Amino acid sequence: MIDMSLSPLRGQQTAEEILEPSPMSKLRRRIFKNHSFMIGAAILIVILVCALVAPLLAPHDPYELDLSKRLINPFWHDKKTDAEFMLGTDKIGRDYLSRLIYGAQISLLIGFSTILISGVIGTALGVTAGYFGGRVDMMVNFIINTRLAMPVFLVAMAAVVAFGASLHVVILVLGLFLWDRFAVVMRSITMQARDLDYVKAARAIGCSTPHIIIREIFPNVLSSLTVVATVEMANAILLEAALSFLGFGVQAPTPSWGLMLNEGREYMFFSPWLLALPGMGLFLLVLAINLFGDGLRDVTLERER
Amino acid sequence: MKEEAALEVVDVSCVFRVNQGFMKGTKALHAVNGVSLKIPKGKVVGLVGESGCGKSTLANILLGLQKPTSGNVLYSGSSADSFSQRHIARRIQPIFQDPYSSLNATKSIKSIISLPLRVHRVGAPADWDRKVYEMLDLVGLPRRVAQSFPSQLSGGQRQRVAIARALIMRPEVIICDEPTSALDVSVQSQILNLLQDLRQELGLTYLMISHNLAVVEHMADRVAVMYLGRIVEEADAATLFRAPSHPYTKALLSSVLTPDPHLGVPDTQLGTVFPNPIDPPSGCSFHPRCAACMDICREQAPQPQINGAHMAECHLDTAAAG
Ligand SMILES: Nc1ncnc2c1ncn2[C@@H]1O[C@H](COP(=O)(O)OP(=O)(O)OP(=O)(O)O)[C@@H](O)[C@H]1O
Ligand SMILES: [Mg+2]
Repeated sequence: MIDMSLSPLRGQQTAEEILEPSPMSKLRRRIFKNHSFMIGAAILIVILVCALVAPLLAPHDPYELDLSKRLINPFWHDKKTDAEFMLGTDKIGRDYLSRLIYGAQISLLIGFSTILISGVIGTALGVTAGYFGGRVDMMVNFIINTRLAMPVFLVAMAAVVAFGASLHVVILVLGLFLWDRFAVVMRSITMQARDLDYVKAARAIGCSTPHIIIREIFPNVLSSLTVVATVEMANAILLEAALSFLGFGVQAPTPSWGLMLNEGREYMFFSPWLLALPGMGLFLLVLAINLFGDGLRDVTLERER
Repeated sequence: MKEEAALEVVDVSCVFRVNQGFMKGTKALHAVNGVSLKIPKGKVVGLVGESGCGKSTLANILLGLQKPTSGNVLYSGSSADSFSQRHIARRIQPIFQDPYSSLNATKSIKSIISLPLRVHRVGAPADWDRKVYEMLDLVGLPRRVAQSFPSQLSGGQRQRVAIARALIMRPEVIICDEPTSALDVSVQSQILNLLQDLRQELGLTYLMISHNLAVVEHMADRVAVMYLGRIVEEADAATLFRAPSHPYTKALLSSVLTPDPHLGVPDTQLGTVFPNPIDPPSGCSFHPRCAACMDICREQAPQPQINGAHMAECHLDTAAAG
């Protein structure tokens, strides 16, 4: 039996007992130790800064063409180079470096606005389904399954045929279609969180349901949400490039990396850098996002352990 | 017997529909099955019983977190239907078993303890900090933990935070659902003593749920023994521990480890099987495990026999009374 003779020890808790560092400082230390997170974040920041200060950084107007300076080679070639065009020019004489820099803007714009739209839709659906369960859950599951039955690519093509191809249409289609993973993940996490005692305690305190969902549960699922967001962002950027490459996405003369790949196609054998450079851009950006997401998952999962 | 009840349940039942698997439909699970229990003002009522007998479900009903399928919950004599959840929240607060999941890991201790004040807009926001510090003093935590997060505290400290949160609104009744079973033995008695002190200081009423009989013996004025959704025996703590009448209570008491190691692990005579609550035994639901099972027990459920302040539901008592 329990020894009840122990004194209550009230007020005797000494300051030494709290030795654990704060969760924030522990998280910070883990972040600095996580290589994939740091590398991903570094590349991402470089690309982000390039995109943000593109007008200052780009040596030329990305739309300005000069037919007399077509297909100038980049600096590492020995023939037909021009100090003014470091990475050469494309088939109608536009500065390739400037177009690459502005292309980052398009890719990031697509990535961020897509996850903003799809994140809001998917999180709202998933959290609602997970918290309320039962009939609501069944309905949301039906919506998710309906969405999964529709191939994004075909829908995007159909939307382009119907509404014409433009940046807005691409963002809208991707945003309205890439929310399924958000919904599935948020649903299962919310379901687990719903049964935890802190939610029960909040209900016993008399918190309203929106308060519980937004203020109590949401901060706890935020880290998973960010991880899903990185996956979806990479996905959206690649989809935009693919759509633009096929002519169903961003339209010329907008400098999208996918579109630049398409435009460089005919010169694949004579000027391979026309393909290699935007391809590298895409590769680096997606790699950085995935590294960042992976690192983030490791860092935050460790916190929950 | 005629004391004022802070909280009372009258013949409440709670039935869950349990899925039997794909295309098999649902079955009824009587988690709480016709329970009446009175919690007198200022007293501690202990509720004991095996895992799965419906203790937490009853606690949820009392807290207003679970609607009973039938029956009535009375707060100071008036029906729960006339109270909103916010009303109930100001009078009754829970303390849960696991202090690791009962505190939101993303919030600071100060924000956790002051949540009830913010939700109910009690007093001026300027006073909230002061009230939080008062509560920290009351539960024996240093004031500096206000800025920390739950992950920085030990289990016992977390349980103190949970107690502070439950008490900050000065409720009348605290429902403790196994408040110490997730803690180290050394910390258990600290928390129990804290609860004991707080009760005297603040004049609280407790429902103390536990499967640790020692805890109940130490704390409770009255004890109710629950088996498969029903209260099978209820009496003053002293009476129940001295002279239990229901065979289930006797078995539970004999299962308590004695301090003498030579006696070995006691034989409870209960076997190991707790019956499936979806498919309860006929007659008295305890009969398959009862040492004193008679023919009538298999066929007919016993009626509660009230003998002064002692209630038991067993055919042995019926026979003795008749
Ligand atoms: N939401 C629910 N849906 C279906 N069945 C439930 C639900 N909640 C509880 N039950 C069932 O009701 C019965 C009683 O559960 P309860 O949690 O009240 O037991 P308990 O006495 O608190 O057990 P423990 O000592 O393990 O906490 C169990 O058989 C459980 O499976
Ligand atoms: Mg329980």
